[in-house]
Amino acid sequence: MTVSLYAVIGLAAYLIAGPFVGGWFAGVDRRITARMQGRFGPPILQPFYDVRKLIEKEPVTVNGGQDFYVMCFLIFIIITGGLFFFGQNLLLVIFTLTTANLFLVIGAYSSNSPYSQIGAERELLQMMAYEPMVLLTAVGLYMTTGSFNISDIMLGGALAGGAIPLKYLIGIFAGYLFILTIKFRKSPFDLSLSHHAHQELVKGVTTEFSGRTLALIEIAHWYENVFLLGFIFLFFQNGTWYMALVGVVVALACYFLEIFIDNAFARMKWQFTLKASWLVTITFGAANLILLYYFKGLM
Amino acid sequence: METIIVLILIPLVIALALLFIRHDAARRPVVFIGAIATAALSVVLAVQQGIWSDAAANMLWSGETESAEITGYAMMGIEAALAIVIFVLGIKYKKALACILVAVQCPILIWFELFGGGHEIEVKNNICIDQFSLIMVLIIGVIGTLICVYAVAYMKDFQHHHEGQPDRRWWFFFLLFLFLSAMFGIVLSNNLIYMYFFWEITTLCSFFLIGYTKTDEAVRNSFRALIMNLLGGLAFVLAIVLIGKSYGTLEIDQLIQIGVTSKSAGQPDLIINSVVMLLCFAGITKAAQMPFNSWLLGAMVAPTPTSALLHSSTMVKAGVFLIVKMSPLLGVQGILSIGEPGFMVMMVGGITFLLASFSAVTQSNAKRVLAYSTIANLGLIVACAGIGTPEGVWAAIMLIIFHAVTKSLLFLSVGTAEHNIGSRDIEDMDGLFGRLPRLAVFMIIGIAGMFLAPFGMLISKWAALQSFVDAGGIWVVLMIVFGSAVTLFYWGKWLGKLTAIVAARKNIQDKVHGEEWFVLAGHIVLVILISLSFPLFSGNVIVPFIKNFFTGVSEESILALSGDNMIIMVVLVCVILVLPLLFYGRTRKRIVPLYMGGANEGDNLTFLGAMEKDVPVSLRNWYMEGVFGEKLMNRIGLISTCIIFAISFSFVANLAYQVYRYVQEGGVFS
Repeated sequence: MTVSLYAVIGLAAYLIAGPFVGGWFAGVDRRITARMQGRFGPPILQPFYDVRKLIEKEPVTVNGGQDFYVMCFLIFIIITGGLFFFGQNLLLVIFTLTTANLFLVIGAYSSNSPYSQIGAERELLQMMAYEPMVLLTAVGLYMTTGSFNISDIMLGGALAGGAIPLKYLIGIFAGYLFILTIKFRKSPFDLSLSHHAHQELVKGVTTEFSGRTLALIEIAHWYENVFLLGFIFLFFQNGTWYMALVGVVVALACYFLEIFIDNAFARMKWQFTLKASWLVTITFGAANLILLYYFKGLM
Repeated sequence: METIIVLILIPLVIALALLFIRHDAARRPVVFIGAIATAALSVVLAVQQGIWSDAAANMLWSGETESAEITGYAMMGIEAALAIVIFVLGIKYKKALACILVAVQCPILIWFELFGGGHEIEVKNNICIDQFSLIMVLIIGVIGTLICVYAVAYMKDFQHHHEGQPDRRWWFFFLLFLFLSAMFGIVLSNNLIYMYFFWEITTLCSFFLIGYTKTDEAVRNSFRALIMNLLGGLAFVLAIVLIGKSYGTLEIDQLIQIGVTSKSAGQPDLIINSVVMLLCFAGITKAAQMPFNSWLLGAMVAPTPTSALLHSSTMVKAGVFLIVKMSPLLGVQGILSIGEPGFMVMMVGGITFLLASFSAVTQSNAKRVLAYSTIANLGLIVACAGIGTPEGVWAAIMLIIFHAVTKSLLFLSVGTAEHNIGSRDIEDMDGLFGRLPRLAVFMIIGIAGMFLAPFGMLISKWAALQSFVDAGGIWVVLMIVFGSAVTLFYWGKWLGKLTAIVAARKNIQDKVHGEEWFVLAGHIVLVILISLSFPLFSGNVIVPFIKNFFTGVSEESILALSGDNMIIMVVLVCVILVLPLLFYGRTRKRIVPLYMGGANEGDNLTFLGAMEKDVPVSLRNWYMEGVFGEKLMNRIGLISTCIIFAISFSFVANLAYQVYRYVQEGGVFS
């Protein structure tokens, strides 16, 4: 295994700075959301205060098993993001992410509580809805850059001829943006866990988690969100510093767009979530790949 | 050479012995000894033939001419006798189609062998041993015999549950061991006539095993399985006649050599193509691919060890074995490959993977979920073989190995659960963690092994995905991404049911038989061992095999996963195994009641409903009948696969016409 300096820096930066960036994003999100709703909003650092408060709460749980699953959820989310920023195989990253998310689902199921089971099932539904598009994103990046390795994708592929992958993957980019709404747990697809109290079934998948355990879930989400934006970043890479900058800017713009969508829609039914995301996956993602395959002869 | 014959004969001798042992107490030691002997011998054969080195690469053996001739006649005699048995049974149960199929295919073969020139064809090598067949020998020898051992305990309970019915267990165990013997025959044959002989024996064994209980449903389903497999058998016979008549050979290695030569010369041989297509069709019926998937679902009426055997180490694996063997002659070149065998195999496999995964979502019967998952995974194996690249074959072989172990584990676990909680419904497995904790852990490992990183099946799926992307099988890529998303859903919700901790469940674990624990634990050891050692296994067994199988391929083009990624997976397996040992269930927190809208009665099982009444909590899973309806999926599968068969075989029909004209003009068939 040849380890590049960039990979080590990326990994270290993610492990240390990941939760701070993610938490800060969450704070900005709440502030922007408040402004969109005509409120002033909490301080930017509010998510950190929340987590500190959760940690200080009395430690209670509904059974001896569920904390273990949440711990695994956090560990595997960190592994997933770590593999991503270490420049490893994109498919490996996606599969590990699935395992990580499944730990959260199992944790919710294990409580055998009605509300958290509904949340868990909905979480599974959401995973089923977004997974094809995430895999197609990886396939698309592979087709344009000739590698599943993130460290290679970062350089932009020989096949793309110095162009950024986005040039050939506009449909896939749109599809990814669509399912990112699900992944960020934003309306209209925040079925399993919402930030907005008015449309939630108790507290969805996290109903039976409290105190320190809930804090771990928050931190895991911060970690997760950072590397989800990393996917967006990949679409713009061709190995130059200015495209790296563009990637960061676009990722931030996409985050803003998701916040806007979140505030513009109410929650949809599960049928719509599943059908809409699969339809988008086919019409944008699959169509993009098929066109790429037959007309560009890139493979 | 002797080891091979002994390996086929030992299960056969045990089977015959079991036919005459009617006492359970006497049967037990015979089954155990037979199982140990068979398993040990399969390991000996694998070691002796050097599975772990290049030495095993494609060794071919010829028997002595005289004994081969006697064997040939004996096989023909047995085939004729079996055909008569089927015919009589077909008349007895009024199954005309079975009679017709058997009345067509058996005479064709006998005519071909006696009068059609089949007898004159000199077969140099009757037996073929390579790493792939040795892998299959190990799967059959180890998993198959473990299932036989399990069956001893299971059938005791089964007989107990079906009191008043005649004890026909001697017949059951006879069939189990006969099945193993025939499977060894299939995977070691190089002579197509031999392979066909064993092929038909497995068809018959599964027919009798499915019909074991002799209920109306069992008889109906057993005939369905028989008819579908006879259809495949007919295709097999036609393939034999076609290759024998046109090229004067009956050997698989010859067939592949001729095919590869003409393929690399850029002129695909139409006769070889149709032979391959017919053989793959036979494989598709046996591997229960759509539209023939219904026989495997119908097989659920049989006692659970039968399902475990059919799904993991025998029967369906014979189907995929043959298709993987053909893979150098498969493969696709873009959209123009319609009508080539590779296209047919790949598309049928892909469609089956997608639709069977969809159907599994709507099932709450655990055995049906497992059955659909088997069909789906076999679809993936078939598709991987159909793409015909070294990467695809690597993924296919990995899938065969992982699937055999994991699926057998799951079936046997469900069997044990069924006998102890009285239901095979996933909804009744609520709180299995409290009632049968060890079994629940075994099932969880099995399920995780089926779809989750970093375990085996996922590694193979990953390799499969990459090999389709590389080979341009874009349509199958789409089927895989949607199919695997759904796979995640149906396994995930089952996993959730198992892990749920339900209050006040009594532990009934000590009622499970010792043999069952032994076999289940053996499976667990295998699952973990394979997940940890697969990079070694890949490097030392599978890669050397593929290097010989596809001459002149580099190691890089065989491995979809780089060595680094394999090591990462193994490390993750270690992490996932160590974490629960260290941390599961260790909490010093205060335990509080669940939230139930503020009205939990305190026991986590009832809440205070409207009208001040106690209402028991009942949690049910999600089946989405409206989206993934089983009937709809089967109908779509039937139509789409039939269209593909029609397109593919219309090319064969066209070819038949050309051959006919060729003969008219005085070609080779004189």
